[in-house]
Amino acid sequence: MEGEPVHVREVTVNLEAGLHMTPLSQIVQLVQKYNCKMHIHKGAHAADATSMLDLMTLGAERGTRLSITATGDQAEPALDAVMRLFEANFETGLSH
Amino acid sequence: MKLTEFVVADAIIPDLKADTKEGAIRAMVASLAAAGTIKAEDQEGIVAAIMKREDLGSTGIGKGVAVPHTKHASVDRLVSTIAIAKDGVDFASLDGEDVHILFLLVSPPDRPGDHLRALENISKHLRNDNFCNFLKQASSAKAVVDLLHEADNNQLNH
Repeated sequence: MEGEPVHVREVTVNLEAGLHMTPLSQIVQLVQKYNCKMHIHKGAHAADATSMLDLMTLGAERGTRLSITATGDQAEPALDAVMRLFEANFETGLSH
Repeated sequence: MKLTEFVVADAIIPDLKADTKEGAIRAMVASLAAAGTIKAEDQEGIVAAIMKREDLGSTGIGKGVAVPHTKHASVDRLVSTIAIAKDGVDFASLDGEDVHILFLLVSPPDRPGDHLRALENISKHLRNDNFCNFLKQASSAKAVVDLLHEADNNQLNH
């Protein structure tokens, strides 16, 4: 929506194996719970955070710097939740 | 990393008939063995490892695509095969749809970067509807290989 604020966070991939399919599916499942549009950016390349196929195109190895943008009613809580996932290095104890 | 560098042409299954996820995976691993890419005695271990990974969450990622995979010490480079299931396979996919295109990957445990680059490459092409449609229509392994070459050379329109 025009004029809608875009919230941005920055994160570095710390997973030994990089952002492979298991952590990506954790992101998709988490973001789907929120009313927002979220994209993960690697440089100029952006991937829809609710699409596994899109996220797989990131090919983000350990040490890769990513920026995460979100718009919508729940953009900020959604970003907080995704940041917690990265901070916990995807060890939520719930899914692998 | 190009598709034709890691997809084993002789192991492609253009007409997969499988009733179950395990049946599909078993057929694809057997095809890699028949092509001489993996040893016959490693087949069971690889199938078991892929099924164990599926237990953590389906690799059926939606849009009729699945990417079953595992790390396995028996390979010294990343290898892959493709199967096309015209009738579809129930893969317990994220979107609940049957799977028609399968990319199976086996990678060495110490090469996570190669695995990521293969996923990146596969997903980049699978986002192209022309690639998916041509793949689903391919009637022979050669037709699949020709398509992979075209995709590698960016000859497919988006």
